[in-house]
Formats: sequence, C-alpha cells, structure tokens
Amino acid sequence: MKIAITAQNPSPENQVDPHFGRAAWLMIYDQEKNEWESIDNSAGVNAARGAGIQAAQKVVDHKAEALITGAIGPNAFKSLSAAGVKIYHGATGTVEDALQAYLEGQLREATTNDAKGGV
Amino acid sequence: MPMKIAIASGKGGTGKTTIAANLAHLFSQQGRKVTYLDCDVEAPNGHIFLKPQLTEHSPATTLIPQIDLGRCIHCGKCGRICQFNALLCLPEKVVTFPEMCHACGACLLVCPAEAITEIPREIGSIDQGMAGSIIFARGLLNIGEVMSPPLIRALKSKAEEGEVTIVDAPPGTSCPVIESIRDCDYVVLVTEPTPFGLNDLELAVEVVRALDLSFGVVVNRAGLNDQPMLDFCTEQNILVLAQLPDDRRVAEAYSRGQLICEALPDFKARFFSLMAAMETAILGRQIKSSERSNP
Repeated sequence: MKIAITAQNPSPENQVDPHFGRAAWLMIYDQEKNEWESIDNSAGVNAARGAGIQAAQKVVDHKAEALITGAIGPNAFKSLSAAGVKIYHGATGTVEDALQAYLEGQLREATTNDAKGGV
Repeated sequence: MPMKIAIASGKGGTGKTTIAANLAHLFSQQGRKVTYLDCDVEAPNGHIFLKPQLTEHSPATTLIPQIDLGRCIHCGKCGRICQFNALLCLPEKVVTFPEMCHACGACLLVCPAEAITEIPREIGSIDQGMAGSIIFARGLLNIGEVMSPPLIRALKSKAEEGEVTIVDAPPGTSCPVIESIRDCDYVVLVTEPTPFGLNDLELAVEVVRALDLSFGVVVNRAGLNDQPMLDFCTEQNILVLAQLPDDRRVAEAYSRGQLICEALPDFKARFFSLMAAMETAILGRQIKSSERSNP
C-alpha cells in the first residue's frame, strides 16, 4: 500500500508540513517496495482557493490509500473521503516519525468534525 | 445623455454609501430619473439612508455543472480544464464543489461524453422597489457564499437604468469591484486622508486606469492630514472632485440614518459642487470620445 505524508522539504528526514492543501511537498511511501517518491505541491501553496481539492487529486492520482498530515480542511476531507483515502491527522516531527507513529497506530483518523482546516 | 456613475474606493469605510445615497437623492431632487444600485452585496446598506419600499424579491443564481455518471467515461478532462478546482475526478466518480465554480462552462465544452449539464444554484437575492422617485435595487449575497460577481451582474441587468444611475460598489480592488464599475461612464473614488486611505487609493487608481475608465477622487473626512493625498493626486494628474471636511455632525446624522445633504445644509452645497465637477468631467469625456469617432 502507498501512504502520502505532507512535508516541508522533499525528504523523509524533514519535518511534516502541518498543512495539507498548502503543504510544500507530498511524500509518497510505497510499503511493498520500501521506496519514497516526492511530489512538488507548490501549485497548492500558491493557489488562491481550492488547494485542498488540488492536493487531494495528487494523492488520488498517485494511488495512495492513506494520508498523514497535521490538519485537514473541509474540501480536502470531502475529496479524500470520496476517494476512499483514509486520513490521519495530528502528525508532528519528521516525515519518518510520522510514518512510524502511523504504523504503530498512534495517529487518529480524521472525521467530519475534525476537518475545520487551520493548524 | 444617460450617466452611469460608480462610487468606489479601495479602502472600506471611507464613505461610499454616504456619497452614493446623497448623490442619488440630490439628482432625483433635480427632477431627473435616478436609479440606485447597491452592488455592495456582502453588506448592502444604502437602504438605511434612502429608505425604499422594497416590493419585489427574486433569487439570483449561478450555473454549476451536474455530472451524469451514467454517461461519464472518467477521462478526467473536466477536472483538468477547471481552473478553480471545482471538479475532482476520481477513478469511479466525479465530485463537484459548487462553491468553487465560476460558471465558465469549460467542463461542458471539453466533455467528450456529453455527461455534463448546467443547473442553477442560488447564491443570493435581489430586492427592488422605490425610494421616493428613485428606482432602488440591491443584491444580497447568501451567508457563507463567496461568489458575488454573478449576483452583481444579475442585479445590474435586472434593474431599469435611469437618466442617472448610481452604482454603489463594494470596497476593495478585486472581481466584485470590477464587475460593479466596468460599464460605468465615470468612477468616483472615495478616500480618506490616512496612510491606509492613500495606499488603497493608489491600488484603486491602478484598477480604474487598467479598465480605461474616467474617474475623480473625493477626499472624505478631509482636514486630518490631507497633503500626502493631495500631492499624490497632483503628481498623478487626478481630478479632486471634492474635499468633504471631517465633521462630527456628519457622523451624528449618519448614525441616525439621515442623508447628510438633508441634515446639514452647508454640506448640501458641497454635494452640489461635487455633482457639477463630476458632470463637467463626464461631459468633457463624452465630447472627446465623440470627436474621436467623428473626426
């Protein structure tokens, strides 16, 4: 399975980006291959509106089945839920820390009530 | 010749509505057929001063795409063409975000399967009526809605124009302002002599110049520190139509919902000279443009 994690820089040793739609990068971890792929999300950072929807499209296009981030907004939540992507929020530290926390079951899955946006 | 005059500003709270309502009232008193359009649809308040009898209420809509999933071939073209992120193409469905849609219709054009139709979505309402002999119309955007230009467009096309049409524009320099002022014969930029007022006036001047509109400036609450504002207008060769002094009596009359020109006779004279300066500028522009078309 593939897992997407928001990142401030394109490397797993870097910090998790607390935003989803406006995250600088999306890191995609492929569990089977144990490989990382980095996706530039500068379009989202600079988007006037609809950044969450745009970023969700990237997550879906890269076939990630779970997303790990700091906080999620309502449109991103609606997009990812419709695509069946599981959303885990409240991640902090490095991208690797966040992945570890997720694998150990320490991250909470977001619900509609959490999807208020903001950090 | 009919005149359509927009009252705009960069900064909010400079006195657009005060000026617009007083102008509408005084033009009407001169026996002219006046229409007042409150295009500040996020917070229309011209009715407080003009006190119209609103007799007609109608919904205003914009178009959004509706996807027929039976016909959709999931090619993703609609999602890619949309510049506003209003469509999300998933492997087996298309999710629409109506509040993001600008009703440009591009998704319809690119869909190879004819799976998209447009349906109306209500974004606000239009109220119309008479304020004395003034034709009064205002738009009111629904709470939580952000897409005001289609409502402003509907308001402007619905209301009957007068010999003088006063367009009370929203503050700022973005799409709602442009939609309000683009087809006007003249723009009055209302400002105040503060650093914020000057900064936002500079932005507003850029907008009206980009639209190639004739305009002049009213300095409201004058007497604070007017020189930087006046220097800017001189440097830029901008006509200052009037300087309305900062006066507590104006604030008091305003807070009671009164028209300044009625409450304060000395201000009535100031408004008359503003109207004269404006009409001279509009006439000058009309003569110039008719010379250009009939050399």
